[in-house]
Order: sequence, then C-alpha cells, then structure tokens
Amino acid sequence: MTTAFLQISNGERVERAKIPLLPFIEFRENALNIVKNKGKVVQFFAFQEESSIKFLAVLRTDELMVATCDAPESYPCFTATCEPFHLFEREIAEQFGIRPEGHPWLKMVRYHANSRNVDDVFGNDYREDIPGKYDYYQVEGDEIHEVAVGPVHAGVIEPGHFRFNCIGERVLHLEIQLGYQHRAVENLFHDVEAKRLPILAENIAGDTTIGHSLCMVQAVEALTSVQPDKGAKIIRTIALELERLANHIGDLGALSGDVAFLPPANYFGRIRGDFLNLALLLCGNRFGKGLVRPGGVRFSLDNDIRKTLNERIKELKPQVEHVLDLLFSASTVRARFEDCGIVNTYDAEQLGLVGPAGRASGMAYDVRRCFPTEHYGQLHIFENKKTTCDVFARARVRYDEILQSIHIIQSLIHDPVETRCVNEVNYDLRPSSFVVTLNEGWRGEVSHTIVTDKNGKILRYKVKDPSFHNWNGLAMALRDTGISDFPLNNKSFNLSYCGFDL
Amino acid sequence: MFTTLKNRFEQGYRTCNYPKEKPAVFERYRGKPVIHKDVSPEMVEACAKACPQDAIDIGQKKIDMGRCVFCGTCEQISNGKFVTFTDDFEISTAEKIHLVTNGDLPSLAEHSKQHFKKLFGRSLQLRQVSAGGCNACEADLNVLATPFFDLARFGINFVASPRHADGIVVTGPVSRNMKTALLKTYEAIPDPKVVIAVGSCALTGGPFRGSPEITEGLDTILPVDLFIPGCPPHPLTNLHGLLTFFK
Repeated sequence: MTTAFLQISNGERVERAKIPLLPFIEFRENALNIVKNKGKVVQFFAFQEESSIKFLAVLRTDELMVATCDAPESYPCFTATCEPFHLFEREIAEQFGIRPEGHPWLKMVRYHANSRNVDDVFGNDYREDIPGKYDYYQVEGDEIHEVAVGPVHAGVIEPGHFRFNCIGERVLHLEIQLGYQHRAVENLFHDVEAKRLPILAENIAGDTTIGHSLCMVQAVEALTSVQPDKGAKIIRTIALELERLANHIGDLGALSGDVAFLPPANYFGRIRGDFLNLALLLCGNRFGKGLVRPGGVRFSLDNDIRKTLNERIKELKPQVEHVLDLLFSASTVRARFEDCGIVNTYDAEQLGLVGPAGRASGMAYDVRRCFPTEHYGQLHIFENKKTTCDVFARARVRYDEILQSIHIIQSLIHDPVETRCVNEVNYDLRPSSFVVTLNEGWRGEVSHTIVTDKNGKILRYKVKDPSFHNWNGLAMALRDTGISDFPLNNKSFNLSYCGFDL
Repeated sequence: MFTTLKNRFEQGYRTCNYPKEKPAVFERYRGKPVIHKDVSPEMVEACAKACPQDAIDIGQKKIDMGRCVFCGTCEQISNGKFVTFTDDFEISTAEKIHLVTNGDLPSLAEHSKQHFKKLFGRSLQLRQVSAGGCNACEADLNVLATPFFDLARFGINFVASPRHADGIVVTGPVSRNMKTALLKTYEAIPDPKVVIAVGSCALTGGPFRGSPEITEGLDTILPVDLFIPGCPPHPLTNLHGLLTFFK
C-alpha cells in the first residue's frame, strides 16, 4: 500500500520538517485508507504553534506512520466511515474546539473548557462544576428502566458514571461517562519545570507507573540522544513485567471474588501484594515510583537484591501455579466465565481494543513483539490470542501472561545485571522534533508523544493510556448481558479511570 | 475439593502481628525522612533545587512530608548526609503543620482527639472517596482487606454508603469535576464525623500542584482530622494511622 504518511520507528526522533505536511483532504484520505485496511490509530491529536493549529496522526499497521496537516475549524468527521477515530475526534473537539461534522456521537470526554477559549463544541458552561450535564442515550418503552451508578462507587474505586438502559435484568446499552479525575496532566507536562516530568509520568495511572514512565523516558532519551545501558534496559524490563504480574494476579483474584469463589480471591489478593513488594525490594516503592528516569534507572540490581528477588519468585511461583489451577479447574467458575460478555473480533477491531482485552478477542497485537523496546527485542513474546472473546478468554490471557512474565523475570535475573545508576538527568530536548513511544503496559498499548518547538521547549505532550481504547469494549461486552454480570465484566477489563481522565 | 484443601494448607496463616510486632520492610523502602542539620548550606540548597516536589525548606532545614513523594532524590544527591529515609512507616500526623519535619514527629496517639477514641475505638466504619489522583492510594487502602493486614479484625471497615459511615477517607487532589460529589458524600455522613486525608495529592495536591483543575490540600475545603503522607502511603502507614488515632 502506498501512502503519503512517513514510516517511523518506535522511540525514534524525527525532525518535524521531515513529517509530511499534507493538505487536509489528502491527510484525511490517507488516514482513512490506512485504518480501513486493518490499520489502527495510535495517536490522533491537535497541537497549536503560535496561531496555527495542526492535526497529527500516528497510525500503525505492521509499521508506524506519521503525518500532519493544518487543522480546519470544522471538518467532515472520520468516525462515520471509520470507527477507530471515534474518541480521538471527541478529544480534539474538547481540547481545541474543532468540530468533526457528522460525528455520530459528539459528546464531551472529560468535561473541561478548550484551550483556545473558542465556543464550546458541546455547548457546556464550565463554571458549573457538575459533569454529566448531558442527555444520556436513552431507550424508550414501557418496561425500560435506567440504572445510574457513580461517580462515587460502593467500594474503594476510582470515580466514574455508569448509565445502564435495561429491560428487566438485561442490559440493552451501557453508557460510561468519565472525566471526574481530570487533572490536566498533559498541560502540566508543558508548564512545569523539567525535574517534575518523571513524577508526573509516574502519576498518570499509579498501577501503570512503569508503563507510563517508560514511554516518557524513552521519548526524552530520543530527544536528548542519551542511551540507557544494557543493565538499565534489563531492570526496566523486569519492572514492567513485575507490574504486569501484580496486576494480572490481582485481577484474577478479583474475578474469582466476583463469582463468589473466595479462596483464590484471598490468596491472589495476598500474592499480588507480594509482587508489589518485589517492586519495593527493587526501588523502595510498591508501584515502582522513583525507579525509571531518562538515561536509565535510579536503583541497581546488585547481587543481594537479585538473590532475594530470585528466592522470592522461586517461592511464589508454585503458589501462583496452584492457585491458578484451583481457579481454572473449578466448574462453577468456568460456568460463570464462559460465554459472558462477548466482544467479537469484528467489534474489537472496530473499537481498536488493545492489550489482554484485544488478545482475548482474537487480536494478537502486543507492543513487546510488534514494536519492541528495552530488552524485549531479545525475548520471545507469545501471541496469546484467544477465540472465545468472553470473560473466560480475558482471564485466560492473564493466566498465560502470568506464567510467561515469571519466566521472563527468572531468565533475566539468572545472571548479574550491571548498570550505572542515573543521578542527573539531561532535559535539553532537541528543537523542532517529534517522537512517539509505545510500550505494552499490563492493560495494553501505552503511548506518549512529544513535539518540541524551535527552542527545544515542549510544544505538545500527548498521553494515551490503553484504557482510552478499551472503555467502549466494556460497554460493548455488556450489551444483552445480565446487569448482575456487570461487576464480573468490569473486572475482566479492569480499566483505568485516571489514565483515561488525565 | 482436594485441590481446595491442598491450597488452603499451602497458604497457611498469613496475617501479620502488627501492632504487637512491626513487620520487616525491604531495605530500600523510604519511610520517615530524618534531617541531619550539620550539613553545608550548599548541600541543602542543592537538594532543595533538585527536589521535584519543592518540599525542602532551606532556612529551617525541614522537609514537608505533605508535598514529598518519597522519591529519595535528596537522599541520593546528598548521599544521605542531609536527608536519610528510614524504615519507619509510622508517619501520620494529626496536624498539617506537623508534616513539616526534621524527623522528630509528635506522638500521634497524644495528638489524636480523645472523644474519637471513645466514639470509634471499637467500631469505625469508613467511606472512601477517590477524588482524582493515580489510584495507587486506593490500591494500597484496598490491600488492608487482604489476609496479611486484615483490617476488619480491628473493627474497621470500608462501607458502601456514607449513611453507614463514621467518616470519609479521601484520596486524590480533589479534581474540579469531583469536588461536588465529594462534598455531597461528606454531607451525607451523620455527625460527628471524621475526615482522613491519604496521600500526597490529598494533602497538598502532590504531583499535580499548580494545575488549575485541582485543589491544593483537602484541608482547604474540609476539616481534616488525620493526615497520612506518602505517594502512596505504605499500607502499614495507613494501618498505623488508623489504629493509633482511633484505638
């Protein structure tokens, strides 16, 4: 396929002058063409330089591609013909007040005023501080009823609003409204002193501290031409896999709890903590905060730590295997997991699902294999895709990945790992440059983009958490499902609210 | 059935003996910061300049645990000569001003409100409100329900409704979009009620300070009784705070 988009690599610095600046019509045609032919949207956003606003899209097929164009004040939307652009267009409308005409579901994303102080596309008055001033999608009929949940939930959970349209117990449609945690993270990246960048990256989504940190540091490393040493790459790979382990194990415990099979819920709850403690062993924080910095890592994996890590994993591995066996061999568990919350492969493709949710629906994409960073180029990453597209498949992907991650970590800590710890960080970014980074966090593709201006200042910092792709997958899974299966489906996706809300 | 029993035996008894015994934490854990005053002003300045949270007061040679995210940059830069982070996780305070410290923390037990102990000492039901932030604080509050910590053995539970609660535990920097929901939850709790702020975000805005979308300190909008610092606070820090303040 020929395209006007420029082929780039993950984490490669690209001079902005080399990025094709297409006429809007051509940009639109090319982007639609790529995504309609099984391409996916990695990033699609607007940025402003002086008075000019541009669109920039990073798309992926087997390759990564980028192009820009001058942004029109309004334009015929992409979504009506090509669904994967859906939320990206809404986000641009919210952030810049640019209207995608004919968008099938033009609704605010995070409830905040646009950065240009132009008329709000959604007609909201942001002096009123209650989000959700929006007519929810409604189903009409005699027996139809609505269930509204949130933003404050019954457990210790992040805030979000869920609106179910039901007939009896059956959910016809679920609408998810987020934005309650909007902290303007992207703007902070432009505004704050450089020394705060790692702290910001670590706090986009605390359960994906390493995933987001890696995206940030790889971007800064590309724009400063600093390379981490081999040991640092290995330590960062171990940290990302520990993060995956802790979360996947926690998720399987939670899924078990939601089908009222309490032993694995409690065992995995505790074992998850043991894996969080291994992150603490490495860097002093259970979520890996403080570990990853541009240029490498702040904590070494000296032989004492490596020995303890080895021993702990050796001790935990059989426990994990036995509890996995307990969970997956229980017929009562399988009866609840199987055929529940199906998102078929076609829908998953249209929604652009990523990570375990995507793999459970038959899409093999894994950044670790397709666009490897850190030490992943040296590792064999399995496809792990499933065919049943249900809660069982989403649990089963985690089952596979838990065992694989343990194996990866064990293979990496077999031999001594040497690195020079990072003390001072260089933040002199190359001017007029662009970089996009992708990493496979435990929820899927995490991606950051930096665009610098002619003085090397950050002109645009764009963050994308995998949850941005996957929330609509949860909504889709609930269609025609009993409302009592919502908690189970929700846990099977376990998406980030704060990573979405930014 | 056999698998279930076999697993039960393998798992054994896992609940820690805290507060009778302090569980060991790994060496790199960064708990209470201790300041060494006899250090050159240049070193103090270098640490303050490098601190991503601007948590170091140069003149007083103190560190603000409310702002601090316990990243350990100052300890690394001063090679432990100005600041060392100890393994002491008992760092909660009853007054915000006590968070600004040189390492000597006033006893939390003495500063806690005595009538709270009488009211809630045997049973404390809490409603958690997540108001922004990164979900790490929520995660480390959630683990208090796991067998290792087993919060319920102390008569403390997280409940589903503010109407059933004696107080709220707030995490996050209170984003603009969550402020109303938070205040409504607070109002729905019957008097007398307790407010507990958990984590750097709830204490001062944390990593997000400076953003127009957040509140820099829960205490600017609600009367806070207990401040639990950390990013996120270690589960044992949370446990210590709750037990010492209310028991």
